[in-house]
Amino acid sequence: MSAGLLRYIAERVVRAALTVVGVVVLVFLLVRLVPGDPVDAILGDQASPEDRAALRKSLKLDAPLPVQLESFVGDVASGTLGHSFRRPDETVASRIEAVFPDTVELALAALLLAWALAVPLGALAAVRKGTGWDRAASTVAIAGLAIPNIWLGPLLILGFAVELRWFPFPGDARAGAAALVLPAVTLGTALAAILTRQTRAAMIEVLDEQYVLAARARGIGRVRLVVGHALRNAMLPVMTVGAAQLGALLSGAVITEKIFERRGLGTLFLDAFFARDIPVVQGCVLVVAVLYVAVNLGVDLAYGVIDPRVRLS
Amino acid sequence: MLRARAARLYGWLSASPVGLALVVAFFVLALLGPVVAPYDPRAIDLAHEYAAPSLRHLLGTGDNGIDLLSAVLYGARLAAVVGVSVVGISLAIGVSLGALAGYAGGLTDHLVTGFADLVQAFPAIVLNIAILALVAEPGVEHVILALAANGWVLYARIARAQTLTLRERDFIDATRALGFRPSRTVIRHILPNLAAPIVVQATAGFGAVVLAEATLSFLGLGPGKSVSWGALLDQGTAVLLRFPHVALVAGAAIAATVFGFNLTGDWLRDRLDPR
Repeated sequence: MSAGLLRYIAERVVRAALTVVGVVVLVFLLVRLVPGDPVDAILGDQASPEDRAALRKSLKLDAPLPVQLESFVGDVASGTLGHSFRRPDETVASRIEAVFPDTVELALAALLLAWALAVPLGALAAVRKGTGWDRAASTVAIAGLAIPNIWLGPLLILGFAVELRWFPFPGDARAGAAALVLPAVTLGTALAAILTRQTRAAMIEVLDEQYVLAARARGIGRVRLVVGHALRNAMLPVMTVGAAQLGALLSGAVITEKIFERRGLGTLFLDAFFARDIPVVQGCVLVVAVLYVAVNLGVDLAYGVIDPRVRLS
Repeated sequence: MLRARAARLYGWLSASPVGLALVVAFFVLALLGPVVAPYDPRAIDLAHEYAAPSLRHLLGTGDNGIDLLSAVLYGARLAAVVGVSVVGISLAIGVSLGALAGYAGGLTDHLVTGFADLVQAFPAIVLNIAILALVAEPGVEHVILALAANGWVLYARIARAQTLTLRERDFIDATRALGFRPSRTVIRHILPNLAAPIVVQATAGFGAVVLAEATLSFLGLGPGKSVSWGALLDQGTAVLLRFPHVALVAGAAIAATVFGFNLTGDWLRDRLDPR
């Protein structure tokens, strides 16, 4: 491993670690600095002064800020993330762990769907640039971007669960893998649209390169040329864009889980919101943000390994 | 000369008739909506709950028999108020911080960029919800605050990047040679040159804010006292099986508005932003 690569990796890791520290502090400050008293939010303004004082104490909101920060950092460092306010015998971490696999399942299904649709569609549009194929792919991509997922979900339910009965209705306990299809389409459509546009643009650029011309001159078959030579090189920028969309994917998961009444991190987060279970809200935000930083770090590192030019910047 | 200009203007306008028409329609409805609405959007009429579209109720009725056309018109007002406020606040904060960071460089730049990175580590909706969770009964002003909390970042990034390139240009060097104060250089010479990319971003960003407000309301976190498209869509989703027209009407209003702003943003980008 070269010194340049090592320095690049060290730099990225340190920057990600600093961001995580910042995230922890920001989440902590959020609860304390945003106008609005969590005690009011939980108990309402009719509560007796004694109840309010007791809650303030149990949330540790009566302690000085540095003490609160220390205790919060302690909860984060120990991995418990503190205790749920509504279910004091459970840690926030255990509640998140219980539902996390469901969200990962949904996100992976959406990712898979988006890539599986976008790459062939984008590549086809680029190879057949200016033809009906290209226009069709571009129209599909624009429509996919324009339709909000809070509307797409109900429309899909109406069409495919109610009218056609191909897929189970949300909340149907008997449904197996088929229940994943409509949520994955709802969550994956916008990403598929973005990736299709990116793949098309990247492919058009790569197909103009000298080495593609050289490969053609050597008599390499059309399919091998597009898949083996052009697509491989076009994927790098598309991957970056795909990774940058991870935050949107997690935001979308919150919405999708609510529409399809699915268990998951989003539902836990929303339920905690309505119960004003501040420690759980805090924990979910923290987990999602750290996850996001970690994935971006992973992409940065992979990028540095794949493409030596990146290390120089 | 005048005719050539008029012809060019027409060329501009006709290039994006759909997007621009949607945006103009949105603002007209938001402005006049409450005046022309046939009913009070909260007027209860239980005898006609979830009625299909008819001459009496052009878009049908929803929960408790409220007139959907009136609800859509009042919803446009809310979307416009939130959109204008959030874009305005985000733009003011973002452009100031971005121009400052780009022009001053050094520690200021590191602080602003670091803070922007930090805010962007949170998926947008998640941060918005976390902020609203701290308020007992979120009102319009809280929704605006929550959306502006991360709305400023994109404007700051664009302003910073533009300022960095502008700083190296000769005419900025000239202001320095002439002994202008940095504040005058930034306000009189940097900011006007940021206008094009910022206007492009603000247009597309407006659509994103409308969608974010609808999403928060859809999730039940919007301003409870106002009529919102997102809340309407949520009610429609609950009765999707029997009365699909409620969700169709509400969703179409949101989708058309967001689509209009996106189209107009793309169109402006082609014209204002040569990159």
